[in-house]
Amino acid sequence: MHTIFPLTLSGVGFAPNAVPVLADIDLRIEAGGRTVILGPNGAGKSVLMRLMHGLLKPTSGQILWNASESRPRAQGLVFQRPVMLRRSALANVAYGLKLAGVPHARRGVLARAALERVGLAHLAERPARVLSGGEQQRVALARAWALEPRILFLDEPTASLDPAAARSVEQVIVDIHAAGTSIVMTTHNLGQARRLADEIIFLHAGRITERTPAGEFFQHPRSTEAQTFLEGELP
Amino acid sequence: MSDLPASLSTALGLVAGLDAKLLDIVALSLSVSLSAVLLSAVLALPLGALLAVGRFAGRRTLTVIANGFMGLPAVVVGLLVYLLLSRAGPLGPLGLLFTPTAMVIAQAILVAPLLVALTRQTVEDAWREYQEQLHSLGATTHQATATLLWDTRYSLFTVMLAGFGRAISEVGAVMIVGGNIDGVTRVMTTTIALETSKGDLPLALALGLILVALVLAINALAYVTGAWAQRRLG
Ligand SMILES: Nc1ncnc2c1ncn2[C@@H]1O[C@H](COP(=O)(O)OP(=O)(O)OP(=O)(O)O)[C@@H](O)[C@H]1O
Ligand SMILES: [Mg+2]
Repeated sequence: MHTIFPLTLSGVGFAPNAVPVLADIDLRIEAGGRTVILGPNGAGKSVLMRLMHGLLKPTSGQILWNASESRPRAQGLVFQRPVMLRRSALANVAYGLKLAGVPHARRGVLARAALERVGLAHLAERPARVLSGGEQQRVALARAWALEPRILFLDEPTASLDPAAARSVEQVIVDIHAAGTSIVMTTHNLGQARRLADEIIFLHAGRITERTPAGEFFQHPRSTEAQTFLEGELP
Repeated sequence: MSDLPASLSTALGLVAGLDAKLLDIVALSLSVSLSAVLLSAVLALPLGALLAVGRFAGRRTLTVIANGFMGLPAVVVGLLVYLLLSRAGPLGPLGLLFTPTAMVIAQAILVAPLLVALTRQTVEDAWREYQEQLHSLGATTHQATATLLWDTRYSLFTVMLAGFGRAISEVGAVMIVGGNIDGVTRVMTTTIALETSKGDLPLALALGLILVALVLAINALAYVTGAWAQRRLG
């Protein structure tokens, strides 16, 4: 089967209006991993996710998927703030399937199965925009997961969720990964990073200061920026 | 002015008695303006949505034109359509002048800029919120436009009500292209104008009351729809 990996970024910079947001990003993402991007507010994590996903174009450097410039469809992004269409939860998931060209007859079944996997089958018919934040986040995960992406970008998927909702979203992420999807995510929850990450990429002021296996990162971060960041962690 | 109370009570009598002539006029008004708005919407809604979503040459120009023409004088539209449909005009052979069809065409043109401009505004607001998500899911411009039209359907319904309110209360365009022919092309506004000038105040007043009630009802419906959709769909 044709693979979309590796995803490589070489010398990628993003400086709209000449203000650099990201600079000198060199990165190679292989299949199967769980990569967590950490960094303070405004470091450029969300912009980096958008660049990799293809929503933004780098102003310098190159992003390649398996040495090709074309952006594969088998990748999804779940936004920091979920965007729900004005229709039912089920219809939101089915909508993604429709755009992916899944025949009408199969969409309902697949969408329902996806909602079931995130534990929301009982809310399938509810208008998505009146669901709680955590429920919306899980609908967004279901919508992305239903498309069976090879890689899924998750931008702070549990921000503003209560601990129970955050747990269930984490479990969904573990399940998605176990089903064969690579994960690249950001979070401000260091406990979550410890639980989910194979490796950590630390971003500071638009630059990658280190990329380290997760166990090692939390013991001995190499860059001073990451050390300072970890020392600031609340008990 | 001294006969205002008398006229008013006769007028109320006409309304309450469901006067046949009155009902015909009201029915024609409703069907002409409703047809005009529906006809106009078929083109204006997709165009408004494309102006919000599309990235093509002339988009800004079209937007400015639509915004500017929202307040297009009805008599000017009437004159233009008259020139098109008159016997010597390019569409003269169709023989549409002084028919309800001509009135529908004139009102459809009259409300088109309003529908385009309000649709563009509505869809653009939704687009700002949806844009990244729809791109992420791989939507083409065409698919995004269709999605936005569907998702803003309740707002667009109130946009169409606004167009209907404009159409049903205008007098200049239907007067010119309809000719105000008794029993054929006489609608509420043109009848009010004519009967007032003839001095038949009760009929004019009765129609005036109905027109005001209709416009109020349209606005109430728009408000209720908006509130309901907000509660129901967020
Ligand atoms: N589309 C964009 N175009 C230009 N600049 C942007 C864009 N998006 C974000 N920025 C800027 O880039 C910087 C980094 O933003 P980004 O959202 O990536 O930070 P972040 O690391 O995700 O922060 P947070 O932890 O608060 O989510 C900010 O200064 C922001 O204003
Ligand atoms: Mg962010």
